[in-house]
Amino acid sequence: MFNFHKNHRNLVIVSLTVYVFLSIIIAIIPAYKLQTVQPLPNQNPLSVKEQAGLKVYVAENCAACHTQQVRNIDMDKMWGDRPSMPSDYFYSKKRLDVWKQSPSILGSERTGPDLTNVGKRQAGVEWHLLHLYNPRIVVKESIMPGYPWLFVEKDSTQISKNDVVVPVPKKFLSNPSKKIVAGKKALELAAYLQSLKQTDLPEAARPAFIPASKVKTITATGGQGALPDGKALYAQHCAACHQPDGTGLVGAFPPLVGSPIVNNTDIDLYVKIILQGYDARSDFGVMPGFAEQLTDEEITAIMNHERSSWGNKAEPVKLEKVKSIREFVMQLNQ
Amino acid sequence: MKKSSLTILLMTFLPSILMAQGSTDLSTENWMTSPGIIGTFILIAIVVLIAVFILSVRVSTYVESMKKKQFEKKNLEFSEELIRMDESEIDSILEKRKAAKAYKLSGNELGSDVLAQDDKGMINRVTHEPNNPLVDQKKKSPLSLETPEKLKKVVIYYIGASVFWLVFGTLVGQYAGMKFVWPEMDHLSFLGFGRLRPVHTNTVFWGWASLAMLGLGYFVITRTSNNTLFSYKLAWRAWRLINLSVLLGNIFLMAGINNGGGEYREYIWPIAVLFMLGLIITFFNFYKTVATRKISEIYISNWYILAGLLWTITLSVIGYLPNYQDGLGETVIQGYYMHQGVGMWFMTYTLGLVYYYLPSSLNKPIYSYSLGVLAFWTQMLFYTLIGTHHFVFSPLPWWLQTVAIVFSMGMFIPVVAGSTNFLMTMRGSWRQISSSYVLPFFLVGVIFYFVGSTQGSLQAFRFTNFVWHFTDFNVAHSHMTMYGIICFLLWACIYAILPKITGREPKQFFVGIHFWFAFIGMFAYMLSMMAGGTLKGLSWIEGNPFIESVILMKKFWVWRAIGGSMMFISHLIFAYNFYVMTRKQPELEMQVAASIQTDKTI
Repeated sequence: MFNFHKNHRNLVIVSLTVYVFLSIIIAIIPAYKLQTVQPLPNQNPLSVKEQAGLKVYVAENCAACHTQQVRNIDMDKMWGDRPSMPSDYFYSKKRLDVWKQSPSILGSERTGPDLTNVGKRQAGVEWHLLHLYNPRIVVKESIMPGYPWLFVEKDSTQISKNDVVVPVPKKFLSNPSKKIVAGKKALELAAYLQSLKQTDLPEAARPAFIPASKVKTITATGGQGALPDGKALYAQHCAACHQPDGTGLVGAFPPLVGSPIVNNTDIDLYVKIILQGYDARSDFGVMPGFAEQLTDEEITAIMNHERSSWGNKAEPVKLEKVKSIREFVMQLNQ
Repeated sequence: MKKSSLTILLMTFLPSILMAQGSTDLSTENWMTSPGIIGTFILIAIVVLIAVFILSVRVSTYVESMKKKQFEKKNLEFSEELIRMDESEIDSILEKRKAAKAYKLSGNELGSDVLAQDDKGMINRVTHEPNNPLVDQKKKSPLSLETPEKLKKVVIYYIGASVFWLVFGTLVGQYAGMKFVWPEMDHLSFLGFGRLRPVHTNTVFWGWASLAMLGLGYFVITRTSNNTLFSYKLAWRAWRLINLSVLLGNIFLMAGINNGGGEYREYIWPIAVLFMLGLIITFFNFYKTVATRKISEIYISNWYILAGLLWTITLSVIGYLPNYQDGLGETVIQGYYMHQGVGMWFMTYTLGLVYYYLPSSLNKPIYSYSLGVLAFWTQMLFYTLIGTHHFVFSPLPWWLQTVAIVFSMGMFIPVVAGSTNFLMTMRGSWRQISSSYVLPFFLVGVIFYFVGSTQGSLQAFRFTNFVWHFTDFNVAHSHMTMYGIICFLLWACIYAILPKITGREPKQFFVGIHFWFAFIGMFAYMLSMMAGGTLKGLSWIEGNPFIESVILMKKFWVWRAIGGSMMFISHLIFAYNFYVMTRKQPELEMQVAASIQTDKTI
């Protein structure tokens, strides 16, 4: 009928028509349907500054190494409280301008951590600025490139009141007499990264994670007294600021080595800081609270790791004590 | 028979992977599209297949028994004939046989005491060391093909530009790869990793591979249509547009201006439009040439080439239209676009080239024309539907993911059809492969076509995705396909055609070095990324701190950089070979070559 072997017109028309038809079904219609997605009830739109930060994120192509999707599988639990949903991208995935389309922030490679919830993990702007200037200031093993061109080198005399000085340690400076001041783009990008937090959803409304077939049985086998691995938890949640050796960073994050709070026998303030965060000292950055991310067992394990490492020699704390402090703190909040 | 048992083996093995995850799907609403159900359908299909298999075994036993009966009947007839013969007749037959058995060669039938002479001047070169220590001495290209001077120039300029982009693009890739090992190599904004990565991918895609494919296509289209090109002017216009788009695109990318980071559509639309125009012009030019062909049949290569152009034009229009790309709409289109970019453009078009250049370098027809046609239509059907497998477990609709996974398995049909076709074409010519410097490239490309595509389909399953997604394994896969398949096949085609149209051979030693460096480099690259990627995925599943997966990758990134350097060196050698194949011949030599050519045509 078509005689494709001899009729070039039929060959071209049929292959084009079928291809277009399939494309409409598999790409255009599903894409159109997703245009009706609405934001979640308490989802915040991006501020002007954060939107500008998103543009820096796109220009530097951060998505080449960082994903922004929590998949519905067990291993992605470390990146968010729930799997990502189409609504999560309502504000961040709009057409950028006449020249640029909606940014591909979901990403396809996780050379660096997922950023869906990075604003919750790293709430303070100091950490982000240091990390952007040179990631190895805060994470020694990081292979992320630095973005020094987002910052300005200035003499200490030139610094004005509005300048945000980044407390870069001397050994990371090419010219130790200069100060590093965050540029406009660096501040915008940091603001965008700080804004990346999963919107809370009531338990019932959350999509479920597909459970892993291999259930971890570490806590079950050890009975009552066994706690999770404090060292690994510390590496995951704390080391980015307080450093793997507990020394912190001058001008940004306080040391835990020899810290009176960490080594105190009275642990009330210690637990309170971990749960609620801390912003009482102007010479250090803001610490976010971990009440939602860490269980009492995990907090106890981390505390015991901190109290027994790097020369700290305080007594181990008891799980019950941590539990009661949490209850007390939560009551105060209500 | 071998083939069918292989497919059955594959098909019994694969659904078990699919079924293994049936239990993980908790929702009962979309039961029709749940992997378990689809797996069941596939299992039923397998039962049917096995039934067909058993039936065919039965039939063949019956046929065998019939044959046996025939054979016995013939035996009987022969014995009867022997009995009927008289003794003298039998004796003379036996005498003859005895004499034949006793015959011996004297030992010098092929030798002679006369000194060798070359009366007609046919010997080009005499060597006393026939065994080259590094690469074998290969046959020279047979006669050159008569090509219109204008077409020759078009082909050479397209390939020339592509060689430039190959060297540039892989230099950038190599540099970006080294940044994994030394993240502080530079502090310049335009050399930042995020900016260089798309420069690398877009340059090798739209600069190197696309221009090489188009250049090789000009020759195929005119040759197989027995026609001259419709318009040389349009060919040059497309050449300028595409090169301009790659040049401008890279400048913009390095300046931090991109379309939003979606892979392979990082060029902002005004630049992408230049490329699209280039393709539209080329399609028009090719179509007109095929339409006025001097033979009635359209050769299968032209199916692939015309369709590849047409599909890619459609694809880029869909990829860049803004109406449905807010929110996750963009992600659906991204999966569709980046997969089709590879499947409908590079794969389809390059297969078209192979359908011409492979049989022509073997000097025999393609094994099966119908398999080529089957592969063509199934390529269109299955490849189009599977883009979302790049977003398995993502917030995209579950049904879209499932369709993508299921049809990824359908990809076995075009892949098996295509690779069988090419291998069967090569069958019986293995000796020619070892004596040719072109065919090893074809062989590697075809083998990778099967291995790389099959591996890609397997990677689409939810289970394998679980381990490999987001890891460096994907990088290994994309190099295995874009490099192992596309680059090797393009090199094969280029080495096959350039000496024939320019009359100048590359130095075989350097072709050998090119082949081995590219091959070993790619292997180092691929294996290190596969091993590292798997370990990385397992580390994530274990729930280890993320930084551990970075630390464990470091040694693999070093190996990747080593493999990458070898690949890059091989490209420099390839560029030199291109120069040798196309450099202007000195006046005198040209005349001699021309006269030789006329001699030969007489």
